[in-house]
Amino acid sequence: MLRGQVLRRQKQVKRPVSDVFAAQAMQCIPRLRRYARALTGDASAADDLVQDVLERALVKQSLWREGTDLRAWLFTVMHNVFVNQVRSAAASRTVPMDDAVADLPQPQSTDRLEIRDLDAALQALPEEQRAVLLLVGLEQMTYDEAARVLEVPIGTVMSRLSRGRERLRRLMQGLPDAAPLKAVK
Amino acid sequence: MSGHPVNETELQAYVDGRLSAARAAEVAQYLAQHDDDAQRVAAYRRQNEALQAAFDPVLAEPLPARLQPGAWRLRFPLQRYAIAAALMAVSGLAGWQLHAYVAAERAQSVYLARVAAVAHAVYSPEVRHPVEVGADQEAHLVGWLSKRLGTSLKIPHLAAQGFSLVGGRLLPGERGPAAQFMYQDIKGQRLTLYVRVSSEARGQTAFRFAQENGVGVFYWLDGRLGYALSGEADRGELLRVADAVYRQLNP
Repeated sequence: MLRGQVLRRQKQVKRPVSDVFAAQAMQCIPRLRRYARALTGDASAADDLVQDVLERALVKQSLWREGTDLRAWLFTVMHNVFVNQVRSAAASRTVPMDDAVADLPQPQSTDRLEIRDLDAALQALPEEQRAVLLLVGLEQMTYDEAARVLEVPIGTVMSRLSRGRERLRRLMQGLPDAAPLKAVK
Repeated sequence: MSGHPVNETELQAYVDGRLSAARAAEVAQYLAQHDDDAQRVAAYRRQNEALQAAFDPVLAEPLPARLQPGAWRLRFPLQRYAIAAALMAVSGLAGWQLHAYVAAERAQSVYLARVAAVAHAVYSPEVRHPVEVGADQEAHLVGWLSKRLGTSLKIPHLAAQGFSLVGGRLLPGERGPAAQFMYQDIKGQRLTLYVRVSSEARGQTAFRFAQENGVGVFYWLDGRLGYALSGEADRGELLRVADAVYRQLNP
């Protein structure tokens, strides 16, 4: 037992955590970018977010335990950074979001417009629902993984997923539940 | 049909394919009789597909410079120590350091050899991320590094010598950007070709050779460009490859 611990410690000294960390973190960057793009709805804001996450993760890398899932940990860091950004910019963000909804293209449109439609509808969802929907539907995490990333109980993940999907469906189909959104305007 | 009613959580899990096969079959039966729920489930599945169609292309996009490894990896304290250690190992050389400043031109090319050897010692042992841009994006690699070095670069192909391109990276050189291309043979033995540009043409020099701590370097100047081929291979093999590189660059 004790010997095992000593051996493990020696192993860690031999192979600095930062090298393992760097190699694994680099492999996560494309997926962090994909999630950030969908979460923010803006390519350059998304890369800003990824950069913030990498910088934050570097500072806090000692909190990550080698051998555990770095991807999940980086997504948790991203979630926290994003929530802080949304909170601090809450007032100024409301206006562009409403503009985006007002600019929704008509339902019968080309593929490209549908993507923008999806983008705009995603941005119209509450941040907490959007995050769950993307972690599950885009990142294809299990509900358990999503719960750990968002640091909420799995029951909360399920209810946000259910509400988020229904709201997105109604937004995309122009059904009445989209009404509260217009009230925001 | 089982007596077990279908709840909302199970409908969501059905959308994501997270139910057991047996339970999924029961939910499918339930949906056949409940059109509203069936429509919802179908719409949610389309959402997943639409999300992937819209955002998966991001995975294939080249990384912007600020997210590329060189931009943030050097912030690792341990990495800095590794580079410092490699610098000391290679620059603690006895032989050629003494003659480094005998003549300006000579000093310059010796500097080239030393920097190339350091870069080789630092990056060639990397297992997971030896290069910034891999050989699968060779056109992008050439375009990017040519742009950064301000000259049109060529990447030699060394298949005939038994080496395939791994990729390349941008490095800080003496006065600006430099490039490193990495090659690997079937046994995993690596060679690196270091290229840097000077502001003025310095004519052509013959091959020169330096070696210390197991890293051999053949280096030469060709107009504004300086080249250095580094590796742990024996001198004869390194020369054979250096010759092939030179011939391809000066056809």
